[in-house]
Amino acid sequence: MKHHYLKDVVTLQLNKDKCTGCGICLDVCPQEVFLLENKKAAINDRDACMECGACAINCQFEAISVQNGVGCASAIIRGKMVDGELVCDCGGDCC
Amino acid sequence: MSMGIRIPENLYPRIPDAAWITGRRLTAVGDIPVVPTQLTYADIIGSWKARWGINRMHFTVVPGLYCAGNPDESSPVFVTANYKMSFDHLRKALDGIDAWIMVLDTRGINVWCAAGKGTFATGELVKRIALTGLSQVVSHRTVILPQLGATGVAAHEVRKQSGFKVVFGPVRAEDIMAFMKADMKATRAMRQVRFDCRDRIILTPVELTGLLKPILIITLVLLIASLTGVVGVTWADIYPYIGAVLVGTVLTPILLPWIPGRPFALKGWLLGMLWAITAIYLGGYWGRPNGWLLSASLILILPAISAYLALQFTGASTYTSFSGVKKETKAVIPAVIASISSGLIIWIIALFI
Repeated sequence: MKHHYLKDVVTLQLNKDKCTGCGICLDVCPQEVFLLENKKAAINDRDACMECGACAINCQFEAISVQNGVGCASAIIRGKMVDGELVCDCGGDCC
Repeated sequence: MSMGIRIPENLYPRIPDAAWITGRRLTAVGDIPVVPTQLTYADIIGSWKARWGINRMHFTVVPGLYCAGNPDESSPVFVTANYKMSFDHLRKALDGIDAWIMVLDTRGINVWCAAGKGTFATGELVKRIALTGLSQVVSHRTVILPQLGATGVAAHEVRKQSGFKVVFGPVRAEDIMAFMKADMKATRAMRQVRFDCRDRIILTPVELTGLLKPILIITLVLLIASLTGVVGVTWADIYPYIGAVLVGTVLTPILLPWIPGRPFALKGWLLGMLWAITAIYLGGYWGRPNGWLLSASLILILPAISAYLALQFTGASTYTSFSGVKKETKAVIPAVIASISSGLIIWIIALFI
């Protein structure tokens, strides 16, 4: 069973002009968000994206961007905002 | 060698003996520990303890190069984290495969979380390849990583910096045999994280154990205080709250996909409301003096507790996004605080009128 979290919140962006269709994003995505369409990557299931950032860091053509972070309430509650970015501040005692 | 890391020859650090090391294999970089692919009772008990939060942060193996079976220079290299449970999952899956195992220093954190935190990362992998002298041990230039490590490792950067090609293997170690038989091709199913009932049940103890101590202490203090007659608290006053905690930490995670709504807190709140109604009925609250006030207070407090605890489970789940949890947390926390504090005020009023 595939789970879906909140609708229309994820920050995932794909720039098709930069995409070469290498398919690494399909390999690294644990949620099957992408598919290949006319030899280019396409976002197929946006709401399934968990913003882990694996696709973006592995895209050497910089075609993918996502504001990645940990989807963990406890980290967000205990975390601090540094330069507008949340840092996990659980002191190594969580996951 | 890239990145300016220069290691004098014959200076590869020897990994010290450990219970799970059953032999040594001599290579160009010294003797490499051999680990069995069968887990012992001690390994299994160690994992069980970690699940319940006992010694979880010190359940580690020394980073470096290990091997399973009788690998040679053409054998595959599998990379993992130095959380002992990750290491054990991998070696168990290597039964029948002669392989090298490279353990990264992730400070005892599993692959997925370490990749998110930046310790299972490009830099550490490149460094570990150099520190272990991997290029002298194997003649090929490929390392196989668990797919969930991709969050921290940029394959193209590793190749640039170390000469090693990164292949992302399956998400779960148990699929490694099938992956190797298919010429290192993962099926769609191997590429996806699962979060089925069994996965969720395994994760509930850790959610609960953190709360167990404060709950036990509060319960004991209240009950003992009641014996002295200072306050009049009975088990019947306490169990609705313990029930709300169990609903949020155990029941909601297990029933997650079947509870309506997408926000975790909403799911917890719905079940918490069912529990509150049950507790009011079981405890005969309605018939007590000021029964309707006490009931209203429980309706405000119990579902809010369950909602808050269910929200915490986003951290253990495998499909929540940072943006989503941020949005949910911002909306839920003020509501939980408002609900619990107004419930407490009503409860205090009920005691005094």
